[in-house]
Amino acid sequence: MDILKFAVRRVATMMLTLLLVSALIFLIINLPPGDYLSNQIAELRSTGQESGVAKAEFLRHEYALDRSLPEQYLIWLGVWPGPHGFSGILQGDFGWSFEFNKPVSEVVGSALWMTIMVNLVAVLFVYLVALPLGVLAAARSRTWVDYVTSFVGYLGLATPNFLLALILFYYGNKYFNLPIGGLMASEFEGQPMSLDKIKSVLLHLIVPTFVIGTAGAAAMMQRLRANMLDELNKPYVTTAWAKGVPPAKLLTKYPLRVAFNPFVADIGNLIPSLISGSVLVSVVLGLQTIGPALLAALKSQDQFLAGFVLLFVAALTLIGTMVSDLLLVLLDPRIRFGARER
Amino acid sequence: MQSLLRVNDLSIGFGSNKPTVDRVSFTVNAGETLALVGESGSGKTLSCRAILRILPSSAQIRSGEIVLNCGGNDIDLAKLGERKLRSIRGDRVSMIFQEPMRSLSPLHRIGDQVGEVLKLHRNSSESVAKREVLAEFERVGFNDPERTYCAYPFELSGGMQQRAMIAMATVAKPELLIADEPTTALDMTTQAQVLGLLKKLQAESGMALILVTHDLGVVANMADQVVVMNKGRVMEAGSSDLVLGSPAHPYTRKLFAAAPVIPEFVDPAAQPRQSDIILSLRDVSKTYGVRQGSAWSPGTTIQAVNGVNLDVPRGKVVAIVGESGSGKSTCARIALGAESSDAGGQVLFKESPQADAIEVQSLNPMDRCDFQRKAQMVFQDPHSSLSPRMQIVDALTEPLDIHGIGTPAERRDRAIELLEQVGLDPSMLRRYPHAFSGGQRQRLSIARALALRPRLLVCDEPTSALDVSVQAQILDLLEDIRDRLQLSYLFISHDLAVVARIADEVAVMRRGRIIEQAPPELLLANPRHPYTQALIAAHPEPDIHRPIDLETVAMGAGEPDTWPDAFRYTDGAAPPLKQFESNHLVRTHA
Repeated sequence: MDILKFAVRRVATMMLTLLLVSALIFLIINLPPGDYLSNQIAELRSTGQESGVAKAEFLRHEYALDRSLPEQYLIWLGVWPGPHGFSGILQGDFGWSFEFNKPVSEVVGSALWMTIMVNLVAVLFVYLVALPLGVLAAARSRTWVDYVTSFVGYLGLATPNFLLALILFYYGNKYFNLPIGGLMASEFEGQPMSLDKIKSVLLHLIVPTFVIGTAGAAAMMQRLRANMLDELNKPYVTTAWAKGVPPAKLLTKYPLRVAFNPFVADIGNLIPSLISGSVLVSVVLGLQTIGPALLAALKSQDQFLAGFVLLFVAALTLIGTMVSDLLLVLLDPRIRFGARER
Repeated sequence: MQSLLRVNDLSIGFGSNKPTVDRVSFTVNAGETLALVGESGSGKTLSCRAILRILPSSAQIRSGEIVLNCGGNDIDLAKLGERKLRSIRGDRVSMIFQEPMRSLSPLHRIGDQVGEVLKLHRNSSESVAKREVLAEFERVGFNDPERTYCAYPFELSGGMQQRAMIAMATVAKPELLIADEPTTALDMTTQAQVLGLLKKLQAESGMALILVTHDLGVVANMADQVVVMNKGRVMEAGSSDLVLGSPAHPYTRKLFAAAPVIPEFVDPAAQPRQSDIILSLRDVSKTYGVRQGSAWSPGTTIQAVNGVNLDVPRGKVVAIVGESGSGKSTCARIALGAESSDAGGQVLFKESPQADAIEVQSLNPMDRCDFQRKAQMVFQDPHSSLSPRMQIVDALTEPLDIHGIGTPAERRDRAIELLEQVGLDPSMLRRYPHAFSGGQRQRLSIARALALRPRLLVCDEPTSALDVSVQAQILDLLEDIRDRLQLSYLFISHDLAVVARIADEVAVMRRGRIIEQAPPELLLANPRHPYTQALIAAHPEPDIHRPIDLETVAMGAGEPDTWPDAFRYTDGAAPPLKQFESNHLVRTHA
């Protein structure tokens, strides 16, 4: 019951934060003078194509770019009537991408799901690799196991992602016949979901997951190792030892539970760094995620597209933080009781 | 008698250094209590941990045997394989530790942690384990076993946590329980109750007990056999009435001389009150908000200090005695202006008999700086109150530096003078704190407090982190510099024996209020309040003919609403402090 109340309150604060973030995003995107259309109009004028100007002026009015900034923001959100009544993010209308000349929803459409999938798989990879290796490195600290895992970890941290991507593509293709680039074989694009398509996607995911996740996994492994080493010397571990708890259980039941907290708390931090880190990787690997679209939109001041993508990343981050907060409350009674008191 | 455990010529060492535990031998008989006594670094903890082989990974057993009698068969634990050893740990031999809070996992319910023993060693099912654990909880004195079963460690007080630890160690009915300083981290009255519990459990189950302690009083109350250790060797061993009655080894005699004892005063003479007061607390209260209130629910507050009036006469030592949570340290911080009192409270400080009193709680920054030169604090833990990255000379001259006193050369001379004042060699100026022992560090922190030539020292438990023999030396030093430098002390302690020695006046605090106040000889000879009586009764005396009186402890150690009628608080309102004789105050209706 308390947890439910906590969750409801947490969701409410998340919504509030998201609102604040949306205002910030809108403000920052509009900080540089001009917008996509006024730039275009200026360009058309200078090249003497007066006919295009009228169309651009029409678009400016159509998307309310001729109104004041606060008004534009509220229309974008969907809480203020625009030229076509209430039509904004709240109503599911994400706006028009001038760069691609399509509605934003069409531009990002499938890429959105691909982004979520790629990052989810990367997060899973980070956790599945970091958890056992971190625990092992702590339990066998100062032995070859510890040194080898640390070495591989630092290698992962230190190698630039795009370089790692190119290397993996080359050798993966040469020895394992892994596909190069893209998220699925070209014949499946635009096709409905099928078993073969899923297989193709999974096969294509191997290298990107590795590339995006390695650095995160290495960092997290080191953090878990340090946390575990701290916990291993605590008296409650000695107590369990004196009780006759077998070594494997001794490790997983007691210190790991405590060392797990920072591990869980990192979920929220992991997502933005993975997404921003994966922009470059997506470009290099030719992944159809929203990374490349964001890059293009930011360069050309395509404000609706950029705004939507940034808002989407912010939402993912907030959701990740909320999930980790809720998990922490479930995992740690000290936090649970603290939450009840407040 | 059948011996249960024989330790023969046990040596333990770290790396290639010479052994830390050197050829130690002792024997524990079934059902008996053996006390391992020694100061820090004596190797007593290592020796008892070696029995279960739960030593730090860098320590090895070099030689010797640890023979446990398992139903007629002798097993050498020092050579037993890890798997077989695991079946002995927690089952035949179990252990409890010094800090119950840190020795229980914060993330698991008490019931789960205690029941784990049965699941490991008896293959008990969840329900069988729970039934036995609940029965054990009842035996160790939990009023509501079901609730304890589901509780987390941080929901229990220190004494209750140690009871949970004891339940964990005894639930599998071990033949031997090793208790490593089980009461050192507990309050005096709680210690008495936990010791009483251990005795009761032992009588019921017939288990043997190895009690590791530094406190001869605890030994006198508990032990059949005593082994005195120093620097890894056994100094003296024998039955407790022999060792305690007529100690043969000089080291044992030295320990005895240093052991704090509540002296027996006869017919104390009443002394007139001194009118020259250096520090005066007037109606000081402190309320902390525990939970933040909101528009819907009011916040919860705790009254840490409640209407305290206390005068420190010039040149005297006034002590505040109390257990954890009594508000004594908060009083000390308020007295120094490090914490603000609730509205209405006043702290008055008079530098000299002629000077005007200044109000510590409402000083402007300039005057505060000036006041800080005249009133300084000595902290409890000398290990954490000295920066490990500062040389001694820097630590000692820093206060002078901050207050801009003297030239660098003069400050250095002052540092040398200070070291001499506290009995340390000036050649140590360039060393770092880690090169000093606990007692030397406490001397250093006293020297630092003296650097600005204060008139008043507030000593917050200055000896409770120290070994007994060192404690006696520090008390000597504090008395010596008080007389030489004409200082006044506000002395905070939980130990009546320490206070009896140094204080001119003692105020006993319980739950934020002073409940009794008198000169120590009057207070100890004729304690009127049940809580004071409990504190005195709970103090373990190093004399086997003066055992702890658990009934008196139980009478006064509880919450104020369990006290006898004449002292009970009605609806949270305390009775007033009444005056008996000329200088004996007691909070009572009578």
